[in-house]
Amino acid sequence: MENYRVYFTGVGGQGTLLATTVLAEAAIYAGHNALASEVHGMAQRGGVVESTVMIGDIKSPIISDGEADVLLGFEPVETYRAIRKCSAGSVVVSNTVPVIPYSVAIGKGTYPDVEKLCDFMRSRVRKLITLDAQSLAKQAGSILSANMVMLGALSRSGVLPLPREAFEEVIRTKTKAKFVGANLLAFALGFGDIIGDQENR
Amino acid sequence: MHPLLTNEVGKKLLLLGNEAIVRGALEAGLAFATTYPGTPSSEIGDNFFRIATESELYFEYSTNEKVALETAAGAAVSGLRTMCSMKHVGLNVAADPLMTLAYVGVRGGMVIVTADDPSLFSSQNEQDNRFYARLSNLPMLEPTSAHEAKEMTKAAFEISEALELPVLLRTTTRLNHCRGIVTTGPLKPPKTRVGFEKDSSRFVTVPANARVCHKVLLSREEKAWGMACQSPFNTVIGTGRWGIATSGIAYNYVADAIKDLGIEDRVRVLKLGFTYPFPDKVAAEFIRSVDKILVVEELEPFLEDNLKVTAQTNGLAIPIAGKAPELFLRLYEYDPGMVRKVIARFFELDYTPPKPVDIQEAPEAVQVPMRPPNLCVGCPHRATYYAVTSVLRETQTEAVFPTDIGCYTLGLLPPLQTADFLICMGSSVTSAAGISRATGKKVIAFIGDSTFFHSGITGLINAVHNKHNFILVILDNGTTAMTGHQPHPGVEITPPGWDKPSVSIEAIVRACGVEQVTVVNPIHLAKTKTAIKEALESNSLSVIVAKAPCPLYEARVLGKKKKQRFMVGPECNTDCTECIDTFGCPALYKNTAPDAKTTMIINENLCIGCGVCVQFCKKIRPKKI
Repeated sequence: MENYRVYFTGVGGQGTLLATTVLAEAAIYAGHNALASEVHGMAQRGGVVESTVMIGDIKSPIISDGEADVLLGFEPVETYRAIRKCSAGSVVVSNTVPVIPYSVAIGKGTYPDVEKLCDFMRSRVRKLITLDAQSLAKQAGSILSANMVMLGALSRSGVLPLPREAFEEVIRTKTKAKFVGANLLAFALGFGDIIGDQENR
Repeated sequence: MHPLLTNEVGKKLLLLGNEAIVRGALEAGLAFATTYPGTPSSEIGDNFFRIATESELYFEYSTNEKVALETAAGAAVSGLRTMCSMKHVGLNVAADPLMTLAYVGVRGGMVIVTADDPSLFSSQNEQDNRFYARLSNLPMLEPTSAHEAKEMTKAAFEISEALELPVLLRTTTRLNHCRGIVTTGPLKPPKTRVGFEKDSSRFVTVPANARVCHKVLLSREEKAWGMACQSPFNTVIGTGRWGIATSGIAYNYVADAIKDLGIEDRVRVLKLGFTYPFPDKVAAEFIRSVDKILVVEELEPFLEDNLKVTAQTNGLAIPIAGKAPELFLRLYEYDPGMVRKVIARFFELDYTPPKPVDIQEAPEAVQVPMRPPNLCVGCPHRATYYAVTSVLRETQTEAVFPTDIGCYTLGLLPPLQTADFLICMGSSVTSAAGISRATGKKVIAFIGDSTFFHSGITGLINAVHNKHNFILVILDNGTTAMTGHQPHPGVEITPPGWDKPSVSIEAIVRACGVEQVTVVNPIHLAKTKTAIKEALESNSLSVIVAKAPCPLYEARVLGKKKKQRFMVGPECNTDCTECIDTFGCPALYKNTAPDAKTTMIINENLCIGCGVCVQFCKKIRPKKI
């Protein structure tokens, strides 16, 4: 089978690492080989959190510039910052809700227009899928499940060779019992409610 | 039950490299484990911590790596299988016991995990700890994947017992924090109780004994060399005439690159896992079988130098290269694309790298703000730093700030900027002495509670005895926060079932002989400022213990969260932005909404109600909920 490289980026506290594990486990559940990598430590104190999942016959746990098949961005500026991981053939799935960086909060920078970021990315990659993961998560009953919304959108994009059931099974068995209901609903909302879903080239 | 304690054999688990090491140790019958937490090694100890509560394993978070290694050594010379894990710079702290433990050796298998951090994701340097194997004459293994990490850990215990030497398991961040499929083997019940068999000629390293011990070590090293040359971890893959030698995580980049470049039939790879003593028999045979060799290893040219020595010793003269301006750097971690490119260049292959989307070159590119890590909302360290900088501003005093290792190092960033010097754990206290002597300036040093226990105490005693003059602020948040809230000897808020006594920092400071000691809660701004003013005025060595729990830890252990929230009143409509210019809480920011009625705004979803801001700005008030 083909190999797939998925790059995750977001801000500390957004649950990117749980989403990373769920995707890797879903790939294994679907019968593929999977490999992931995470960054811990200093990076988590409100900074950028990056991680990867490889599906298929890949040994390297990290992704070089231009080599991600999918970029899953949990925050628009971070998606844009990581766009170097993509090439013209990549698919980008991005949340559109900003998390204001501290530098902006104290007036040492300005937060860019999200639409402009999206326009740029849309013009450079195969496909850009955007969604408001926060409101969908709220709708699902827990703002913390925005990461599952993102996985729903990723699953819907159809880029990866994983059936929806693989994600749902892993969410059921590997996420905290207390949140399984909200997580499954969040995943479903992400799966069904993506906007801006059109091929660009 | 802890998932790593599963009795199921042949089960495929998706494990972090660090979890795989833990499983490997359990499959080897580990009885005793110690650590001092440090990224990227921390999850090893954290898993043992939980496993110890439901198995026969003894585990402790020791006060520092030297203590951890010596404690583990005591158990290992008694005959238990032991593991001691630490980050790379931790082995510097433990280097003293390491060097002589090698002389006396062990009876129970002992594995020392040293986790290097190329690219310095969470460290102050990127030293290559493979040189410690050579320095100490101890055998070393370097895994390439999570599964291999488990297998090597298991094998390391056998090697250790066969040689009666501790074995180094050297990893790098990418190995520790990658997740891969690991197949479980059977768990081995540990041997947990042994007697101490006395043998002073072996274990008491007075010079007369140590001279003999050194000879014994060299003969054990010789035996280890024989094992390395026979080891299944040192293999040759492929039959081509182009040679690539590699070890550790870099092997994966090499394997993928060979496939991507379609040169499987032209390349022969020397994959080394048992890298010290250097398996030069295997290497010599490899050198004879190829026309030229590219060495792919992160950081220092450890394998490269050994291969060159092997070639010279065997009268072989083929090109062997690795670190060179046009090939690999001695800096930072590598990545698959970079390794592919260098392999293509070295073997003169046509290769066009993938074209990344380039923001820099695009005319319509948007500038995006940086997102540096920051002290959390409600962090008591921010309150302490604010109190210190406020007093200095008000009294127009200049000060130098030696700092230390932990979350509070983030005081470096604006607007607090309370970090001027940092080299290693404990260096705040000691460098403060040197800076104050050399400059005659006011020096205010900061150290965390866990770091104080780790290596602050001896420096403080030195400062008392040698009459140094500075202020030491101990930022006591009741946990080792940075690495994941591990307990330390001073913990007061503890998880259920915790039965260890708490050691008082204040009592230690007084016992060191410090006369000016104040304990304050930094959340109480006025009292904290008074303490700082008094310390400045006293003009002698003084210690302020700024004590308030890490809110994240408190919420996690006690499930307690403050309900109070704060807001800015309508009178906050001037151009005053002092709160963000001097305090910088991430919940407080400039209101840029078009219909903004106030200059600032408090994000009530982020605010945790610490109530510090309300003490310095009259325009901030409690919010009615």
